[in-house]
Amino acid sequence: MATLELGIEGDVVGSPVRRTRRLGPLFWAAIVWMVAVVAAAAFADLLPLPSPTDMDMLERRAPASALHWLGTDGLGRDELARLIHGARVSLIVGVCAPVIGITIGGALGILAGYFRGRFETLVVGSMDVLLAFPPLVFALAVTAYLGQSILNLTCVLGVLGIPAFMRVARAATLSLARREFVIAAQALGATHARILLRELLPNVILPLFAFFLLGVAVTIVVEGALSFLGLGVPPPTASWGGMIGEGRESLEIAPRLAFLPAFAMFLTVLSFNLVGDTLRALTDPRQGAL
Amino acid sequence: MLGFLARRLLYLVPVLIAVSLLTFLIAALLPGDLAYTILGDQATPEKVAALRHDMGLDQPIWWRYLSWLGQVLQGDLGRSFRTGQTVLQAVTERLPVSLELMVMAELIGLVIGVPIAIACAVRSGGAFDRFMTGSAFGMLSVPTFLSAILLIYLFAVELRWLPATGYVPFGEDPAANLRFLVLPALTLALAEWPGIMRVLRSDMIATLQEDYIALAKAKGLKASRILFVHALKPSSLTLVTITGINIGRLIGGALIVETIFALPGIGRLLISAIFTRDLIILQGVVLLVAAGFVIMNFVVDLLYAVLDPRIRHGHA
Amino acid sequence: MTGPALLSVEDVSVNLPTPRGNLRAVDRVDLNVGAGRTLGIVGESGCGKTMLSRAILQLLPKKAMLSGRVMFDGQDLARLAPERLRKLRGRSLAVVFQDPMTSLNPVLTIGTQLIETLQEHLELDGQAAKIRSVELLAAVGIPAPEQRLKQYPHQLSGGMRQRVAIAIALSCEPKLLIADEPTTALDVTIQAQILDLLAREQRRRHMAMIIITHDLGVVAGRTDEVAVMYAGRVVERAPTPELFKNMHMPYTEALLAAIPKIDAKPHTPLPAISGRPPDPTRPLRGCSFMPRCRYAWAQCHIEKPRLEPAESPDHQYACFRPINTAAGVPA
Repeated sequence: MATLELGIEGDVVGSPVRRTRRLGPLFWAAIVWMVAVVAAAAFADLLPLPSPTDMDMLERRAPASALHWLGTDGLGRDELARLIHGARVSLIVGVCAPVIGITIGGALGILAGYFRGRFETLVVGSMDVLLAFPPLVFALAVTAYLGQSILNLTCVLGVLGIPAFMRVARAATLSLARREFVIAAQALGATHARILLRELLPNVILPLFAFFLLGVAVTIVVEGALSFLGLGVPPPTASWGGMIGEGRESLEIAPRLAFLPAFAMFLTVLSFNLVGDTLRALTDPRQGAL
Repeated sequence: MLGFLARRLLYLVPVLIAVSLLTFLIAALLPGDLAYTILGDQATPEKVAALRHDMGLDQPIWWRYLSWLGQVLQGDLGRSFRTGQTVLQAVTERLPVSLELMVMAELIGLVIGVPIAIACAVRSGGAFDRFMTGSAFGMLSVPTFLSAILLIYLFAVELRWLPATGYVPFGEDPAANLRFLVLPALTLALAEWPGIMRVLRSDMIATLQEDYIALAKAKGLKASRILFVHALKPSSLTLVTITGINIGRLIGGALIVETIFALPGIGRLLISAIFTRDLIILQGVVLLVAAGFVIMNFVVDLLYAVLDPRIRHGHA
Repeated sequence: MTGPALLSVEDVSVNLPTPRGNLRAVDRVDLNVGAGRTLGIVGESGCGKTMLSRAILQLLPKKAMLSGRVMFDGQDLARLAPERLRKLRGRSLAVVFQDPMTSLNPVLTIGTQLIETLQEHLELDGQAAKIRSVELLAAVGIPAPEQRLKQYPHQLSGGMRQRVAIAIALSCEPKLLIADEPTTALDVTIQAQILDLLAREQRRRHMAMIIITHDLGVVAGRTDEVAVMYAGRVVERAPTPELFKNMHMPYTEALLAAIPKIDAKPHTPLPAISGRPPDPTRPLRGCSFMPRCRYAWAQCHIEKPRLEPAESPDHQYACFRPINTAAGVPA
């Protein structure tokens, strides 16, 4: 189960094969898919599709037809519509939660890496405490009690992502803060704020963004897992995880009900992982790329 | 060395305290009245107030935390109001299941990942290597519950070789026990092998460039001996270290898998505690899991420091 | 040279494709070593001598392309079946690498690394192999050999490690030993000991030996024949005393001059060879040494000199303006 702390330390010696391929056809295919999913999710309401929540009890688990291009699910709802609306949910949570992580975690990381000392120990220590909890348990506990909603889910997953972003930001800052341009700025009498904003931030933002994309992938997975267990996005809102969970009951009769959303989720997660990983290989300051 | 140990211990204690505080707060600050939940449909305002007083729930929060912590340090983690079991009893009952699952998962992950890593390293850059590296990357994008569904569909629904849910303790019937655990362990292993394979592959590729491998070839040793004795051993340090970390990390994944496959492990204990609002169990188990995680990370850190200088010394 | 050659390198070239172009590491080299004789191969770093040794041992990198023949004991190593090659290696053909810290496996004991060779080629059982290992370690001058078997390479000093590497190489009584810069990684004080050890064992076992080095001083008095390499080619070749007495290549002369002399006055500047070795991906039309040669003239720019025999057929050189100085007389 992917947790929200991705192992950065282990992967600096990446596959030499992939590094030389740079922006190959797979990369662009991933971008195309990402754009397609985002577009479909954004314009879901404008598409000529039946409503994702309209149930038709006479047409349950129906195969593909002119009315329902991908058939219907266990409660007679249009599968394609649910897929596209599910994309919307996954993307909203998947993108917004890491935004929380990158802003708070990124800020904490840069500050910790720059100021060092006791502040850094405090930040790193509290992140360690947060990381001690299996993230899924934490998310479950909080959403089970606070109630299931997209907002709660986003907030919890966002908070859980803070330690990982903090680590990336701090590592990047540590390697940059000792470079000449920072020392030069300090010698010229620049204030801390200026150095942080004008010198460090622009350089740290690149690896952070790469990590952000990876964070989106992980968040989609975690949200999917929670919805799969029935503890994430509340029904009747369509979500890929929820659809897979519901489809599980129909595995014998209509396996596509589970596998269509599964495939969609897999492709989306893979695309974000691919793009994020490629960008990370290109922008990691520890590899002296800058 | 002793100084290093002392410093790490000093760091460990506040973290453990913070973990216990956070655990307590999660359970205590959440809405819902514990006393009310316990009494259920027998609740009347007087009974609720009386029970709250008995359980000390009307005391200020810091008092409640300290008294809870005191009890914990004496080994009393509380008792479930639903089943009457103490937390420790519930945990010791279910821990073997989870442990067996996690160990099996890691073992299967190694059985898959290690040979592939070696095969890739020997012909690095070749078609097999590129294919497997790509597959490993793709595999990392498949969520655990997805693999679970796939495996259930393939083996339980279509082929009907293995059961989808259920559990039998090892002591009762080892064969059946393993049959029930294969699919869940395999599900987790599918998420483990890519990490294992990558780490070992990159270490082996580096090792195979070393002079001592060239000398081993020049000595006319058999290829199998060169691979498994000369090359594998120095390449496995990272792998050994992360295997330990992985087994601990698997707790998160075990949660989902235990739920899907209906295994009576710690993960399911947690989930049912959440659903039934059994705060005592929730608090106790989360504390144990979190504390265990922190301690395990600490041990691995130590282990690495112990192993490292010797290797550094050896490579001078 | 007495008798047929044990090792005969015939028209061997090694090409390496690199991102910057094709690198010709070894350029049509001919060499031979007779049984019981010692050949010294001398040249700067990058002259191709290590590539040549790897070519002989068939240990070239995957991308390298070898052309020519490497005849060892009547068989062409370059075209030998892998299994037969494996049986030859370690048994009849042995090698000692430059840095024993990296050529010995750090996680295996000395004993393991010795015994495995014996068990593989001589099929000795554990006990016999152990006894033989102790004998070998004693023969190369390692004190307390029984204890050493259980030790790891990092527990020994540099000189001792190289002795172990030599013991491993000698363990199956090879017919030919290739020593690739055997003393470069060692303290100067140890160098002579190791070289003497090699020479002694070579004489005792009547073994053929190739010593590869960048230092002409190493081969003086320890080899029967010397081949000087530059930019992938052999530029001069002669029996050792003849080379030092009567060298013809300006490069050889420069190499000799670069050796510090014990009887030189203090603070005498060491005559280094000016310039740098050529870029192997951009070979010159003329002689490769020409940019650094103080005797170069027009013909050297246009044509590559070929190896021509000098007064005796054993002495060959490749130069349009050879010199005729004896060692010790400054040119």
